[in-house]
Amino acid sequence: MRDRIAAFLVLLPSLVAVGIFVYGFIGQNLYVSLSDWGKNPAQALAEEPTLHFVGLANYQELFTGFVDVRFRQSVVNLIFFTLFFMAGSLGLGLLLAVALDQSPKGEGFFRTVFLFPMALSFVVTGTIWRWLLQPQGGVNVLPTLLGLPPLSFPWLTTREQVLVFDWNQLPFYTALVVGLVLLYVAYRAHREGERKRRFFALLSGGALLLWALTLGRGVHLLPYPEPHGFSLALVGVILAAMWQMSGYTMALYLAGLRGIPVEVLEAAKVDGANPWQTYRYVILPLLAPITLSAMIVLGHIALKIFDLIFAMAGLDYAPTDVPAIYMYLLAFRGNQFAKGATIGILLLLLVAVVVIPYLASQLRKEVRR
Amino acid sequence: MGRVILYAFLLLMAGFFLLPVYLVILTALKEPAKITLDTVWHWPDPVYWESFRIAWEAFRPKFQNSMVLAVSATLLSALVGALNGYVLAKWPFPGSNLLFALMLFGMFIPYQSILIPLFQFVKAIGLYGTLFGLILVHVIYGIPIITLIFKNYYSEIPDELVEAARIDGAGFFGVFRHVILPLSAPAFVVVAIWQFTQIWNEFLFAVTLTRPESQPITVALAQLAGGEAVKWNLPMAGAVLAALPTLLVYIFLGRYFLRGLLAGSVKG
Repeated sequence: MRDRIAAFLVLLPSLVAVGIFVYGFIGQNLYVSLSDWGKNPAQALAEEPTLHFVGLANYQELFTGFVDVRFRQSVVNLIFFTLFFMAGSLGLGLLLAVALDQSPKGEGFFRTVFLFPMALSFVVTGTIWRWLLQPQGGVNVLPTLLGLPPLSFPWLTTREQVLVFDWNQLPFYTALVVGLVLLYVAYRAHREGERKRRFFALLSGGALLLWALTLGRGVHLLPYPEPHGFSLALVGVILAAMWQMSGYTMALYLAGLRGIPVEVLEAAKVDGANPWQTYRYVILPLLAPITLSAMIVLGHIALKIFDLIFAMAGLDYAPTDVPAIYMYLLAFRGNQFAKGATIGILLLLLVAVVVIPYLASQLRKEVRR
Repeated sequence: MGRVILYAFLLLMAGFFLLPVYLVILTALKEPAKITLDTVWHWPDPVYWESFRIAWEAFRPKFQNSMVLAVSATLLSALVGALNGYVLAKWPFPGSNLLFALMLFGMFIPYQSILIPLFQFVKAIGLYGTLFGLILVHVIYGIPIITLIFKNYYSEIPDELVEAARIDGAGFFGVFRHVILPLSAPAFVVVAIWQFTQIWNEFLFAVTLTRPESQPITVALAQLAGGEAVKWNLPMAGAVLAALPTLLVYIFLGRYFLRGLLAGSVKG
């Protein structure tokens, strides 16, 4: 009995610490996000500022307020950054893994080379790529070494945007994309014979699509059109992030490829599949769970990306802004703590949407085992 | 034919990953006046080692801060995590699994969502701007992942070993000291490498909670490179200094590095 008490007492400080630093602070952050901290200049100087409850006003302002146009661009930037960074790292990582799986000479050397940026800080990576991507710097001059004309893309300093859309269309596009994803989930459930999942996915997906196509187009967050798009200055940031993280996906995929039983590949060969068909129909489907875990990890990194952009472009540069940067700028440079806290809560929700279903499915798998 | 394409691809990719490093070293070894855009890729003539001396002089206090921070926070969180993992794996009590799950949640949160209360708290207890405050923060937010790694590791140790030691009269700490700890070296290595790399490379907490005198090297580097009209030889030499410790860990302990990477990749 004494030992049981000792065991509990050993764990207790950690429980208390995590309780305060995770749950307590999230609660307090939520409270700050519902307050007016930062609206009144007197609060900035006060030791113990008096805060007033303002409900969801900060949330509303960020999405529809006149002054927070920069937040909205940062959200759009985050969406495009996450998509392209994930697709790029997964694609490049898979290619590298497949190449190394052919057992080339010097495999160990190549593996070390592809993976070493993982050991670096995003700040180091950002500093390096900031230099490489100077308008007439390393990358742009590189073709001249081969006798080609230099590139003239201004990388980080461009203000150009492509895929521009009106912010008012955001609810429509969100509902459209989520609805389509849910329909796909329903289709998968249908093929796997999971009736309950098929029903709910079909119902919610259908409802979302119906809403998007009927009422969704009429929703107006702002009284005026506000164009946002994929800021091309992010291309360089995505490149740097891929440089750092592709080795990681490569390591995951390589472990997966090496784990495929030889009998499976033999069977494919016996069935007359050529190497391409073997990859397409045998190996890739077997790697799907790895792709999912890698997507979760990369998505998690992308959603809270801060240090890389801080090092590459600084805090004050709107074209490469993301919510984490804007949050820091608002709270710690502008004393707008309530709005900063609001962005913090939004990021938490975003990450939760990505991570919780994944954890739940992992947990279910454990239980089944 | 296929082999030719394979090697061409691998070499091209090796270029993509290594050319940035080559340019970093090249730039660090150039006299500031000779860093001109049309000769970016030319080897420096003469080689200018001064950059490293100047960068080292400027960065040495920050380098020391990072070293103190990473080493002490790593040791502390490894100790706490080992004890936690031991309790959860070998002395579970009613509700301990639920508490563990609640603890794990702390691993996934984006730290932006607790940054403002954390900042207030650290300030309120008088640790803002001190290295000690930053160490404390890293130890606490390291608890979930480290506990997880140790719990998984200790679950593999047969309960019979613990039982046998208890029959011989060993208590809670006796079992840990004489049975568990001697078997823990591999877990400690993985955890130490993982934590050291993470904390050395960390930036968000560091930039929020430190003053210049307690800054780790990542913050100093970001500020140097972000300055206007910067001479690029210094940030590049600084980047080499900031990267060296974790790079050495990766090169010499790569196998363990990868294991930690795969174990803790979803950490916030």
